[in-house]
Amino acid sequence: MFGILRTLWLTFLHMGHRRVTVGYPEHKPPLPPRYRGRIILSRDPDGMERCVACNLCAVACPVDCISLQKAEQDGRWYPDYFRINFSRCIFCGMCEEACPTYAIQLTPDFEMSEYLRPNLIYEKEDLLISGTGKYPDYSFFRVAGVKIPGKDKGEAEREAPPVDIHTLLP
Amino acid sequence: MATILVDGRACPARTDENLLQACLEAGADLPYFCWHPDLGSVGACRQCAIKQFSGPDDKTGRIIMACMTQVTDGAILSIDDPQAREFRAGVVEWLMTNHPHDCPVCPEGGECHLQDMTVMTGHVSRRYRFTKRTHRNQNLGPFINHEMNRCIGCYRCVRFYRDYAGGEDLAAFAAHNDLYFGRHEDGALESAFSGNLVEVCPTGVFTDKPFSAVYSRKWDMRGAPSVCAHCAVGCNTIVNARQGTVRRVINRYHEAVNRYFLCDRGRYGHGFTSAPTRLRAPILRQDGIPVPISMATALERFAVMAKDGPIVGIGSTRASLESNFALRCLTGPDRFSTGLTQLEHNLTMQVPALLRATPARNPSLHDMESADAVLVLGEDVCVTAPRLSLTLRQTLRRAAFPAADTAKVPHWMDAAVRMLGSDAPSPLMVLTPAATDLDPIAATAHRAAPDAIARLGFAVAHRLDGSAPDAPDLSETESRLADTIATALRAGRRPLIIAGLQYANAALIHAAANIATALHATGADAALSLVVPDCNSMGMALTGGIPLDAVRTMARTGHIGTLVVVENDLTRRLDAATLDELLAAVPHLVVIDHIATRLAERADLVLPAASFAESGGTLVNTEGRAQRFLPALTPTMPVQESWRWTQQFTQAATHADAPEWTNLDQIVATIAHDIPALSRIIDAAPDAGYRLDGRRLRSEPARISGRTAVRANISVHDRPLPQSPDTPLSPSMEGAYSPDMPGALVPFYHAPGWNSVQSLNRFQQEIGGPMRGGDAGTRLLDGGIPAQVPEWHHDIPVPFVTALDDLLLLPEPRLFGTEELSALSPPIAARVTPATLRLGTLPAGQQDGGMVSLTLAGERLTLPIRHDPALPSGIALCPPHLAARAFTAPVRVQLHRDDTP
Repeated sequence: MFGILRTLWLTFLHMGHRRVTVGYPEHKPPLPPRYRGRIILSRDPDGMERCVACNLCAVACPVDCISLQKAEQDGRWYPDYFRINFSRCIFCGMCEEACPTYAIQLTPDFEMSEYLRPNLIYEKEDLLISGTGKYPDYSFFRVAGVKIPGKDKGEAEREAPPVDIHTLLP
Repeated sequence: MATILVDGRACPARTDENLLQACLEAGADLPYFCWHPDLGSVGACRQCAIKQFSGPDDKTGRIIMACMTQVTDGAILSIDDPQAREFRAGVVEWLMTNHPHDCPVCPEGGECHLQDMTVMTGHVSRRYRFTKRTHRNQNLGPFINHEMNRCIGCYRCVRFYRDYAGGEDLAAFAAHNDLYFGRHEDGALESAFSGNLVEVCPTGVFTDKPFSAVYSRKWDMRGAPSVCAHCAVGCNTIVNARQGTVRRVINRYHEAVNRYFLCDRGRYGHGFTSAPTRLRAPILRQDGIPVPISMATALERFAVMAKDGPIVGIGSTRASLESNFALRCLTGPDRFSTGLTQLEHNLTMQVPALLRATPARNPSLHDMESADAVLVLGEDVCVTAPRLSLTLRQTLRRAAFPAADTAKVPHWMDAAVRMLGSDAPSPLMVLTPAATDLDPIAATAHRAAPDAIARLGFAVAHRLDGSAPDAPDLSETESRLADTIATALRAGRRPLIIAGLQYANAALIHAAANIATALHATGADAALSLVVPDCNSMGMALTGGIPLDAVRTMARTGHIGTLVVVENDLTRRLDAATLDELLAAVPHLVVIDHIATRLAERADLVLPAASFAESGGTLVNTEGRAQRFLPALTPTMPVQESWRWTQQFTQAATHADAPEWTNLDQIVATIAHDIPALSRIIDAAPDAGYRLDGRRLRSEPARISGRTAVRANISVHDRPLPQSPDTPLSPSMEGAYSPDMPGALVPFYHAPGWNSVQSLNRFQQEIGGPMRGGDAGTRLLDGGIPAQVPEWHHDIPVPFVTALDDLLLLPEPRLFGTEELSALSPPIAARVTPATLRLGTLPAGQQDGGMVSLTLAGERLTLPIRHDPALPSGIALCPPHLAARAFTAPVRVQLHRDDTP
């Protein structure tokens, strides 16, 4: 008897507390920018694809849900296809951590439910956004020592001009 | 055996090795760059620093370079010593000051020795604040990508390319930080072994260009042990595949065969597996129109055809033993052809008998390396067996080793030993009609017609042993040359004679056998090696069959109802008129092949076979070593192994005794049972039931990626991986993997901390020695009982006579282009140069590069002339198959005087 009354009393007390439950979907929860939601592929400040198809995200993925194939044009590597199987993804963010170019990023969007599993297979067209995402300034090819159109050898950051191998000077 | 103490642990070590080798063999992780097991030590990179203590009381010790220090019994060493660690970390930090920030876009990433060594030394962040030196790259042709920024200056590339492989066009330029490895100008690397730079370079300066176009990280590719199918040497390879396509071929170490290096034809010749001409479905030709049909329809059609008379089968020297044998079961031994013309057939059949009967050794490639006098008799091994020519280059160093022993210089001290040996190399004598790549290093290089070379050979044998027949009527020059060669061979303790079937001249191989027999009789440890043309020529010789000419006779007399041709493009064997005559006399032609050959275009029924990458099988190399290749890919039906097609034919044709093979092992067992000469092929590799620790071996690295996404665009449902009954390798990353696995089954090389091919050190019993799990393959020709009394060959040809207008046209095989399958590979095709007619004396009014016409193999050809004054008179050379498709054997031709036929 006492137990029942105590329970009723405690429940009654909660009527005066502030509500914790968010009325989703009418109200959206505030998510921090570093929330680990839907994965995107970003572009560098010059508007080029950041992904260089190095395969590190794929190998870091604990559920093996990322697959891609490298292609190359004039020294620039890019993914020929880039596929994420979101029906397998656990949003752990290991791919983002592994990415040497800040290309793959997790975003504060989790509304990805689908009725059909094939709709959860995201290809490069679905993943690639037109902005830089969380890292506005970084461009891998400005740092890396490979030659690409518009950036010759020796023009990357902290690079000396190419050596003239015919000179005899020290 | 000595004992060394490494960080307090007593390890056994050989006294003829250096401390780096000893430490690696003891399982220690000691970083290194410039040392290579087959290139020796030069002490250039200073990375393998360790500490040596002079005795138990010595607490200070001194830093030494492990690769430059000989093993001494009781040596006290420390790899973990803080000072040694600091030293090594310092070295790697210096090496990395100029290394570009580009691992993500470097094809070496993930299998990079520099990455491994940097991690091993613990270097993580760059302290050097100044600029990095940069270099411009060169276009090094269709095989190799060049990215000089990545260079750490270890000199391995030029040491391999120049010192080991004898290349001329790669060198070190500039000095200090600006050091540059490249050519004097852009252009394809000329050496036939340039592809090895990819594996020799510890970082990503030289990378595989065709692989880069279909790139995948090492951890993402499935591997399978395979055997190269582009010449008869039988180099062991690993085929890497992903998503149903072959991505690349790399070297698989075999102590006795190819060891650390492959030739470019083997490395880049795999492109035919995904060529546009690949056959993917059965094709029925109805009224001249090809119609794709189902497997069942194809077999029904064959059953109908089989009722029209006897079935005759034509096998192939490029098909596996299993494919040929299954065909032989379908047709019976009397109606199974070797697919060779009478001349080639007779010669090929002779080779195993000759090797067995000759008392001299039949050497493996590694065995040949220790020869101290070599005679090459009428075979351009640089193009017919390229890897063998690389071995012959190493024999020149043989004379340096006794000199090194006298000077107390260990053999691995590469620069010093090379210096000692440069004065008096071991003699290499090359007698060929045309110049070969070995000529510049040969003590004697002589140009003569094949018959004249054979006569010289007989004369040499006679000079070595008086009871051997002598060649009569030798000219004075020839006589002197025979004396010189005989003297040089007699001086050797391990002389080696090499001949082959390139010029389809029986006298040549007989002369070689005579010399080897004569040398053996003098007490020398003589060796005789005969080079056969194709990857399974030797297997075909041991299987036996009838020549093509006998098939033609059967066709003429109406004894063929259906002709089944397996993996043999007869248009390359028979000239157009002969082939037309044969096919006209055959009611039904069935072709089983993996590529759409010109013969397949004329077949009534074409069936798609699996290539070497999709099937298992056995090939017998030129020394008679049976080696198994295993599937790297599962063929997608209706593509299947030739032997499975033939077996189904046998069942469809309702033979009472149709074989019931369900896997490779069963057919291998049947072959071993039915053909005594091949009884040992069972031992070539463990069977599909092989288990390590109770599990299959895995064919994929543990960290293969994208399993749940790679085919998600097709279906999101997981499907069980297709299991092949022919291989003990599992199709996934599940299974056992250990450095102790049999050498015949190694799908890829990996050891903890060693992601690059350098992890191979962990798989060997001792560095440069046999594999820990045993070497692959089994030799079939051993155990013959040579005749006690020397049996001499007496077929000495008459002197070669030149007629005024009459030329002896010899086949001039090329490294690239004349081998059928590799020529379909795009990077190889890019290196093929147009056919020319090489002439010693220019016809009147003609000049170098001018056009000349001749009739060859029934075709009228107009070819550009290449003037080669070194050619003996009366000799002309033309690449086989390139100009006239069916041209393979020497033939007398006349040049047309004008353009009228």
